[in-house]
Amino acid sequence: MKNNNYKIVIAALFSVFILASCAKQLDLLPTNDITSTAVYKDATGYKQAFAKVYASFALTGNNGPAGNGDIQGIDEGTSDFLRLYWKAEELSTDEAVVAWGDPGIQDFHNMNWSASNPMLTGLYYRSFYQITLANDFIRQASDANLASRGITGTDADNIKKYRAEARFLRAYQYSVLMDLFGSVPFVSETDLLGTVLPKQKTRADLFTYIESELKAIDADLVDARKNEYGRADKAAAWALLARIYLNAQVYTGTAKNNEAILYSKKVIDAGYSLIGDYTKLMRADNNLNTSEFILTINYDGVKTQNWGGTTFLTHAPIGGSMTASQFGVDGGWGGLRTTKAFSDKFTDITGATDKRAQIYTNGQSADISDLTKFTDGYAITKYKNIKADGTAGSSLTWTDIDFPIFRLSEMYLIYAEAVLRGGTGGDATTALNYINTIRQRAYGNTSGNITSAQLTTDFILDERARELYWEGFRRTDLIRYGKFVESTYLWPWKGGVKGGTSVDTYRKLYPIPSADISSNTNIIQNAGY
Amino acid sequence: MNMKKTLAVLLFAITSISVFAQERTVTGKVTDAKDGAPLVAASITTKGSNKGTTTSVNGTFSIKVSGNATTLVISYLNYTTKEVKVGANNVVNVALSQSAEQLGEVVVIGYGTVKKKDLTGSVVNVSSKDFNSGAISTPEQLIAGKVAGVSITSNNGAPGSGSTIRIRGGASLNASNDPLIVIDGMPIDGGGISGQANALALINPNDIESFSVLKDASAAAIYGARASNGVILITTKKGKSGAMKVDFTTQLSVGNISKKADVFSADEIRNIVRASGNSSYTSLLGGFKTDWQDEIYQTAISNDNNISISGAKSGVPYRLSLGNLTQTGVLKTDELKRNTVGLNINPTLLDNHLTLNLNYKLASSASRFADQGAIGSATSYDPTQGVYGATKRFGGFWEWFDPNSSSGLKSLSPKNPLGLLMEKQDNSNVTRQIASALVDYKVHFLPALHVVVNTGVDIAEGKGTTVISDSAASSYQRFKDASNKFHGGVNNQYRQTRNNSYLNAYLNYAKDINAIKSRIELVAGYEYQDYKTTNYNFNDVTYDKTVVSTPNYPSSTPEYRLISYLGRANFNILNKYVLTASVRQDGSSKFNPNNRYALFPSGALAWKIKEEGFLKNSTTISDLKLRASYGVTGQQDGIGYYDYISYYNLGSNSAQYQFGNTFYSIYRPNGYYYNRKWEQTATTNLALDFGLFNNRVTGTIEAYNRQTTDLLNEINQPAGTNFSNKIVANVGSMENKGVEFTLNLQPIKNKNTTWDLSFNATYNKNRITKLTISDDPTYAGARYGGISGGTGNTILIQSVGYNRGAYFVYKQIYDAAGKPIDGLFADLNRDGVINEKDLYQYKGNDPQLFFGASSNLTYKKWNAGFVLRANVGNYLYNNVASSTGTLRNILNPIGYINNGSRDYLTTGFSGSGSNYYLSDYYVQNASFLRVDNINVGYNVGKVFNNKANLKINANVQNAFIITKYKGLDPEVNGGIDNNFYPRPRTFVLGLNLNF
Repeated sequence: MKNNNYKIVIAALFSVFILASCAKQLDLLPTNDITSTAVYKDATGYKQAFAKVYASFALTGNNGPAGNGDIQGIDEGTSDFLRLYWKAEELSTDEAVVAWGDPGIQDFHNMNWSASNPMLTGLYYRSFYQITLANDFIRQASDANLASRGITGTDADNIKKYRAEARFLRAYQYSVLMDLFGSVPFVSETDLLGTVLPKQKTRADLFTYIESELKAIDADLVDARKNEYGRADKAAAWALLARIYLNAQVYTGTAKNNEAILYSKKVIDAGYSLIGDYTKLMRADNNLNTSEFILTINYDGVKTQNWGGTTFLTHAPIGGSMTASQFGVDGGWGGLRTTKAFSDKFTDITGATDKRAQIYTNGQSADISDLTKFTDGYAITKYKNIKADGTAGSSLTWTDIDFPIFRLSEMYLIYAEAVLRGGTGGDATTALNYINTIRQRAYGNTSGNITSAQLTTDFILDERARELYWEGFRRTDLIRYGKFVESTYLWPWKGGVKGGTSVDTYRKLYPIPSADISSNTNIIQNAGY
Repeated sequence: MNMKKTLAVLLFAITSISVFAQERTVTGKVTDAKDGAPLVAASITTKGSNKGTTTSVNGTFSIKVSGNATTLVISYLNYTTKEVKVGANNVVNVALSQSAEQLGEVVVIGYGTVKKKDLTGSVVNVSSKDFNSGAISTPEQLIAGKVAGVSITSNNGAPGSGSTIRIRGGASLNASNDPLIVIDGMPIDGGGISGQANALALINPNDIESFSVLKDASAAAIYGARASNGVILITTKKGKSGAMKVDFTTQLSVGNISKKADVFSADEIRNIVRASGNSSYTSLLGGFKTDWQDEIYQTAISNDNNISISGAKSGVPYRLSLGNLTQTGVLKTDELKRNTVGLNINPTLLDNHLTLNLNYKLASSASRFADQGAIGSATSYDPTQGVYGATKRFGGFWEWFDPNSSSGLKSLSPKNPLGLLMEKQDNSNVTRQIASALVDYKVHFLPALHVVVNTGVDIAEGKGTTVISDSAASSYQRFKDASNKFHGGVNNQYRQTRNNSYLNAYLNYAKDINAIKSRIELVAGYEYQDYKTTNYNFNDVTYDKTVVSTPNYPSSTPEYRLISYLGRANFNILNKYVLTASVRQDGSSKFNPNNRYALFPSGALAWKIKEEGFLKNSTTISDLKLRASYGVTGQQDGIGYYDYISYYNLGSNSAQYQFGNTFYSIYRPNGYYYNRKWEQTATTNLALDFGLFNNRVTGTIEAYNRQTTDLLNEINQPAGTNFSNKIVANVGSMENKGVEFTLNLQPIKNKNTTWDLSFNATYNKNRITKLTISDDPTYAGARYGGISGGTGNTILIQSVGYNRGAYFVYKQIYDAAGKPIDGLFADLNRDGVINEKDLYQYKGNDPQLFFGASSNLTYKKWNAGFVLRANVGNYLYNNVASSTGTLRNILNPIGYINNGSRDYLTTGFSGSGSNYYLSDYYVQNASFLRVDNINVGYNVGKVFNNKANLKINANVQNAFIITKYKGLDPEVNGGIDNNFYPRPRTFVLGLNLNF
């Protein structure tokens, strides 16, 4: 035996111990994801993070069309803002029915939704998601942060505009939550993430907050019609103010028709005009409709893909004998139709007289005996992934159609309704003129014009249905008119009954999702749920 | 230096003494008592002196002894030392027996071994003689049904598919429930690799010597951080001294599906469509009678060849094994080819002070994966249509045609099942290399102290290509390029590499205190583990390589690391009381620096009652031991690697946002949870081991209580407080309580016949005790378990007060004849409406009781045996029936005909609405008894002029199953039976030759 061998062994083994004890740290970083410091180091990073704040109402996640979702616990395709907001605003009304059996979807017709409804949960968290992103961006874009990161000059000026727009988007989502859920928890950029349990703000306080925010950012927003396409400007803020003022009676108990007139007029006077052909509103190249659109959610078949949005609004209403290729898509999902209560708003449903009647009847019955049968109920052909030149959009699966959150027609209708409801600052002649402007486009001539005697609030409600159907207004409108839960207006399958039935008054508000109630002890559920 | 001098002096003294005595030469041979093989390098000394020699390669020795020496001491590692008187003829031939047989079984535990009779914790050892036989391509199946408290369920019938292993029910909700697997001391990453989902499938089962399953905290806590779900230690075969031995095994097996999904025949579909469908449907009917399941399934053939060579070369024991497996699946186009190489060298150096154990394993597999979507498609595809269409389009396969569609395919229609299989080439190549080295140094100046260093690497690469023809219906014209030209098919690549490294170093001090028949053993060590995976990203391209999308980054390399310190003390007092205490501190890179480290202690006590005076001489009770233990283990598997900070993630090219005419890539802050920490499970264990009638009857009865706290649980975040609405946080607690019973019997043991029977039973009750921060009675729990049917329907729930994974369903109402009434459910909260508030928690997928039994009868040269398993109290959601057994499915509203489950004849469900998917009618009792294996073998004996020994055996695997469950197979992991890949019934013929 060589006596030195064991010493070598001992030396080797102990050096292993020594090596091991100075082993590498446990601080590891991801390969491609980066920290906030790295993102916000320059103006480019700010814009990319800012783009996400907008993109959160156009996309369901960071991987189009799906695969890296923002909202957990719900099928990613149904976590889309527009798809969910649309369902909440339309499926609960006379304008739309759906054939599918997705969890919770038939509750909208049955008007028996509960606090665990997955779609309401998804919508609630989607709205708060955009608010949370906006809060983060507003924090990152504070003057102090810009200064400390050495961002000055034009870059800093631009970022301050982004900051104002982030505040606009936050106010918009709070207005959505205020409308749907009433009183919701409130967080702003001053609440650092994870440090406070948000407190609930009453519906009226939310109203005050949204109103003051929209006024406060007016100076910082880009002038009306001067911003990049897809970004909010002063007109967008005015349009939102006009919208919430019109509904102020519902939200706060106090009507604000004067203000509705004031702000809708400001938008109208900013130089917008209706495009010539109503049927070209929701088309693959409707990004060209900037004369009428005030703010859009932008989709693209290749670069902004998601299973909700206008992709949903185009595919879902195709079924029965409809030919998908005529809609610029590769197939129908056989889901959405409308009720007779809606189609009867048009005296001629062929579209020959009023072009807004984009209704498909071949093989469809007006009456619905089975909600889950596509051919029961007329179909709607409003959304088409077809360009003005007749060719299809960039993809046959995901549509290029942008969705206008605000467009000029709504402002005309707000103005007229606020005047009819006794608001001051406007006049009946202008109101009539605005309504006839809308109708002249619809009819292609003045044959559809109405007289001042015909212009009543009830007429406005029906006109809103004809002009704005399937654009996410109906539930709010019916509530404002006292026709949503009441027996004064019944439509097929309202409340889950074929002939329609009234439901409890508390259903004018959706319930706060139980997922949030179980995690935030500050929240009190809406009465009735 | 002092030590060196002392040794030199000692050596000198020893040699000097012997020089003075009168000498004679003794010769002889040392052999293995078992098979007569020569033992190489066995040590021979004369008693009373230190003079010695070792045996040569053929086992012979020659030693000069002094005239007055009468006894030789013959010793050999792992064999019982013998003392032999030197006779007058100076020839000594000795046969040594393996020590395990006399001293009691030695069991591998964490960082060491222990004699089975001195065990304090709950450790079950299964060695190769007790392994399941037959065509087994993945290691864990060797012990399925063998160990109480351990449930091993193969995931499906695909070649090389893995298994879900649950030890005592698993401890977690959102973190992993998989046990830690340690191969030859090296913990391995449970995850698979691209091209091979089952990490264990790359280990050749033929190379495995034994499994040790550590079930309680006392045994497992030494693995602290990763031990909450138990630990399985796999020891692979080592080289053995002696002449070269060759062992050759070959198996040929033939498998077929034993049951088809119960769907309608073509004529039945024709009748249903004619009776219920209008002309638009009857006009779709074809004139064929196609059984699509017959079209997609085939006879699976598998051939497994293994050869191992072991022996000692120049005193260095070695074992080399080569394996070659070729296996086709019962689903057409499924194929696995695997070659494995295993090399072990375990020399002993420096006068037995230094033991090395060097292992190298290489596995390379080539697989073709079938499109498993064909299984669902085959159960629901219209049987009135033919397999092939009239044209060459769609690869010649018949598909649902739509003249108005630009592609010619009916949108959203199902695709021809055989077309799905034949048009897709998904080929993968995976190589995996595991190299490990164990150095055990018995310190020269302090032989009671061992320094052990164990280090290794596990390197794997998986890569492959997925090619789908542009003629295939599944991706026909899937992409329209900028010039409006369509491209179809797929021509994609994937690649992933893994590089895991491991280092463990510990000191082991063991000292017998013979005066009081006691022993003390101390272990202290350090461990480093690093798990690194690199995922390569490639363009998504069509068959003609038109780029559909491009990834943001060429690759990503997620990595995590664990650093641990461990210690254990074991006191055996008076050979009656054994006390074990262990402690381990673990640090994980997955947690923030303040929460990173956690301490996991354990303690255990065993009382060897048999050693007490009052039992010592009992002939009835041959063994009796009481064990009690308590310990805490941790968990950090199955969670995000970097979640304590919010990182920003760059959106993909298909998730940009347009401002003006520019599309911007987006940066998203990810959800995070700074305060995340270790999930902890505290286990109390009480056990009684017994042996009767000279251990002809042995067994264990064991009870445990496992309390998991700080559950890694995905909880809702208060809206507005995080970038994710759900995040894995340490909220909640859960308990598992259970009893295990094991009984081994040897009813017959005589010269010609041996009959071994073993039986085990486990009762486990799982209950979630807390889930959320605030107790909201209206919050039912976290729903999960997506099903087929509707978008986003889920069938399972985690609810406080219930078992993990309860079904969350509507209560079906039945008519007087017992037939479920379509769309009618109980209004459980009596509010007049049927909505989610009427869902209730019902049963679950985990069995409350499960059993395993095996029998092995040997009569002369024959042996026969069987293995069976049974589960009781497990339920399964029959998604095949719920999604296809309705009229709405058969007459699909989009305009095509489907086949459907014959369950429709029972229910007559229309399929309108959505609540019926969640009917408890579809949650069916899936208790079963399955005979996993029936085998018979014959030992032919010496062949080829006595040069070799031949054994022949035959098996039937998955022989039969007894169950009330109405679907294809009651044993489906995850609780949702949706087009399960059937497990074939396999007939195996094997022969084993050794020489």
